[in-house]
Amino acid sequence: MDQQRRLLLKSTLAASTTGVAISAGLLTPKAVLAAWNSAAFEAKDLNAAMTGAFGATAPEESNQIELKAPEVAENGASVTVTVSSKLAKTNAISILVQNNAQPLSATFNLGATTEATITTNIKMGKTSDVIAVVKADGKLYSTKQLVKVTIGGCGG
Amino acid sequence: MANTNSTIQIKSSLKKDVATIRLLVSHPMETGMRKDKKGNLIPAKFIQSLICEHAGNTVLDAELNSTISTNPYIKFQFSGAKDGDSLKISWSDNTGGKDSAELEITSKRKK
Repeated sequence: MDQQRRLLLKSTLAASTTGVAISAGLLTPKAVLAAWNSAAFEAKDLNAAMTGAFGATAPEESNQIELKAPEVAENGASVTVTVSSKLAKTNAISILVQNNAQPLSATFNLGATTEATITTNIKMGKTSDVIAVVKADGKLYSTKQLVKVTIGGCGG
Repeated sequence: MANTNSTIQIKSSLKKDVATIRLLVSHPMETGMRKDKKGNLIPAKFIQSLICEHAGNTVLDAELNSTISTNPYIKFQFSGAKDGDSLKISWSDNTGGKDSAELEITSKRKK
């Protein structure tokens, strides 16, 4: 029952987004198919999440990406993270938390006029490396920072 | 805020043609791993997709997981904006819930 519902949802969602995007001429069909990538988001470990999201596990480390996160987060329920990329043609920024039950928190696909800086609040279950992965000119780059969490924010 | 019934609120500022958008969405972002007081799992309910459009262009297409904090906050910037432009924001969650709003980009402070 639930499975069916999810499938139906996925297909209808995918269909509607695809239609809008293609008619607007904004996205290539390949990018459209990436709509909520469950293989990446539901992956339980970092390597699986990276493989699902990027098809590769070890993006090149780059000092052109700035990851701003607190060294110590008192409350893991809301940790403010800012990722900025100075890499030319940055078109996507992803945020991953290595020790979360589902490491991939978000992928932000940027438009042509969008600056390569994103701030958001993430949940962290425990102390972990936070990893930013940037897609620029078709290549993947990353940087990471350890965030110590005093009180976890993923419940359970 | 102009529309208090919307789940979507923005604060915007303009510097030349660069708009800074601070976006706040009211949403529980349940992971599906938390338990209620009786020990039953609270079902997952979280925004999976959030899209911002300006002048017919998608300026931000965010795919989110349940590990984004309750009431998601996103700050981003884009160029080519001017005072009074509208920004269309829409989100959808894993349970079929969705909302959208068209909000004005302005450098003026609102109460």
